[in-house]
Amino acid sequence: MSLKIENLQARIGEREILKGLTIEIKPGEVHAIMGPNGSGKSTLSKVLCGHEDYEVTGGSATLDGEDLLSLSIDQRSRAGLFLAFQYPHEIPGVTNANFLRAALKARKPDGEDVDAIAFYRQMYARMDQLEMDRSFTGRNVNEGFSGGEKKRNEILQLMMLEPKYAILDETDSGLDIDALKIVSRGVNAMRSAERGFLVITHYQRLLNYIQPDIVHVLMDGRIVKTGDRSLALKLEEKGYDWVKDEALPAAA
Amino acid sequence: MPLSPALSTSAPAWFKERATNAWSQFQTLPLPSVRDENWRYSNAKSIPLESLANADVPDSDVVKVAVAASVELEKWSARLVFVNDCLAASESSQLPAGVICVPFSQALEQHSDAMREHFMQRQMQLGSEKFAALHLAMLKAGTVVIVPRGITVPAPIEVFHWVSGENAAIFPHTLVIAEDNAAVTVVDHYRSCTSEAGFSCAVADLIGKPGSHVTYIACQEMSEEAQAMHLSSTVAGKDAQMKSFQLQLGANWSRSESVSDLVGKGARSDMLSVSLPLGDQIVDQRTLQNHKAPNATSDLLYKNALYDSSRTVFSGLITVDEGAHYTDAYQTCRNLLNSDTAEANSLPGLEINADQVKCSHGSTSGPVSEEELFYLKARGIPDNEARRLIVLGFADDVIQRIGNDAIEQMIHARVEEKFARLG
Repeated sequence: MSLKIENLQARIGEREILKGLTIEIKPGEVHAIMGPNGSGKSTLSKVLCGHEDYEVTGGSATLDGEDLLSLSIDQRSRAGLFLAFQYPHEIPGVTNANFLRAALKARKPDGEDVDAIAFYRQMYARMDQLEMDRSFTGRNVNEGFSGGEKKRNEILQLMMLEPKYAILDETDSGLDIDALKIVSRGVNAMRSAERGFLVITHYQRLLNYIQPDIVHVLMDGRIVKTGDRSLALKLEEKGYDWVKDEALPAAA
Repeated sequence: MPLSPALSTSAPAWFKERATNAWSQFQTLPLPSVRDENWRYSNAKSIPLESLANADVPDSDVVKVAVAASVELEKWSARLVFVNDCLAASESSQLPAGVICVPFSQALEQHSDAMREHFMQRQMQLGSEKFAALHLAMLKAGTVVIVPRGITVPAPIEVFHWVSGENAAIFPHTLVIAEDNAAVTVVDHYRSCTSEAGFSCAVADLIGKPGSHVTYIACQEMSEEAQAMHLSSTVAGKDAQMKSFQLQLGANWSRSESVSDLVGKGARSDMLSVSLPLGDQIVDQRTLQNHKAPNATSDLLYKNALYDSSRTVFSGLITVDEGAHYTDAYQTCRNLLNSDTAEANSLPGLEINADQVKCSHGSTSGPVSEEELFYLKARGIPDNEARRLIVLGFADDVIQRIGNDAIEQMIHARVEEKFARLG
């Protein structure tokens, strides 16, 4: 049982971005991927979710043994993969509540609907945890939300969909310290022995709140270094250059 | 039998005279040419004037079925049902005292002075003089609403206009006068009893005196063999708030002309529309936001979700007169193209003759956003359901601006029902 990515290669247009990335996340583990801009962090999350702009040119990705790459975008989600978007999209005219209900309904057998009372009860409880006002249920998805509200809304979706593996793509970007704490609390509440996390971030700050078991450094489309939490602290202190000096000549 | 006016003997003389003049005007005026700017991308020949006939007095079975089907809003202050321009049902016991809500013929007899002052007093400005003349000449049914000063009509007034019979034509009229600080909502439904060809040539005039609130909803769900025309005007007095919403779902060819005159300082007019054309339906929309007074606001949002080989034309003009300073005027038309063969034409325009004016106009046409689709699918929602949510949301974005939950739900349900026909 794991989210297993092996030697994954992907490109957008003619540009190779992932050049053989390998990582395995087991249930209960929290992995962090750090890396400089342009190293391929966001590409990884989008490729795993099946974004059509990216072409996988080699390698494999499996979720508890199931071939992710052969599934459509929505099938991957229903198989248990979740992405908290860096830039969540606005959906005009579709309320948050209707959106979440549609997502939950898609997980039910054909023709079976979501129990409305249980749904609202659970949603309100999760919103309270994230200190989200109830009015967000009737507002259109992400429309007019502040940066922090959008990120909370992503975590609300994570909490409602209860995936097996969750990828958080730069969830800390655009958050002030209070919002960061609330969002992290929501994520930590979802940590469990049955669920794996992949936290993609540029800064180590987030990792003070969501403490990872394993830290990877992504550079030029590959994992070039793996360590424990202290690696993140070292990166914050020294930057990425030392990893580059250490890793790239060997990889070349 | 071609169309011919059948004047009511009980109508006041002034009305008979106007109707008679209108008939000769209709016969004299040429059919608008496709070269006429107001008819670009459209064609008045879409209305088969030669084959249309006066609608017969409907038989009782038809009336019974139509009345039974005239159920949309759960709560209303008054409800009128017309079949072939004949009054088939009317209930108005929920109206506050003093509010007039009567069939057109009754208004002519009982409120002749108010009618004489307000009935079709404005020049047609968007190209349909000939059809307005036809409407006036043929007119015998519709609703006149007069809300006295300071009175709020709590629930909407709901009116159904049905047409029955091959090539039958109806000429529904709506006149709403809200006196100072009065408030009222009126909903007109235009429908066909069967899938036969037919024609509805409707006029709706909405007059908002200072401080009044008027919301007007027109739901056009005629047979897809029919043609539908809706000529409406709004006059917004000082600090009046006018809102109009056009739902265009039926007819193989529909045309709406909507004029908003902002005549009082601080007036506001919201002009909204949703259409969802399928097959080879054509939706033709002409609008005019006429700013004649300072500090007024007009905000137009028209959205069309097109399928198959359907076609829409949006032509909108904002004019700001000299002296209409501090005008805020916005005009947006968005077209969602769900097929390669659908075609949306947009002709936005601005004429500004005042200072300190905020105006914007824009139109967009394109398919469903891939990024929106990706976001929904990434939550496990299958492609067809994701598209359904996006298209209904596209419409709801306008519907939500009506500001009345019951009406919003009703219109959402009508759009959803039409969407379901896509299969």
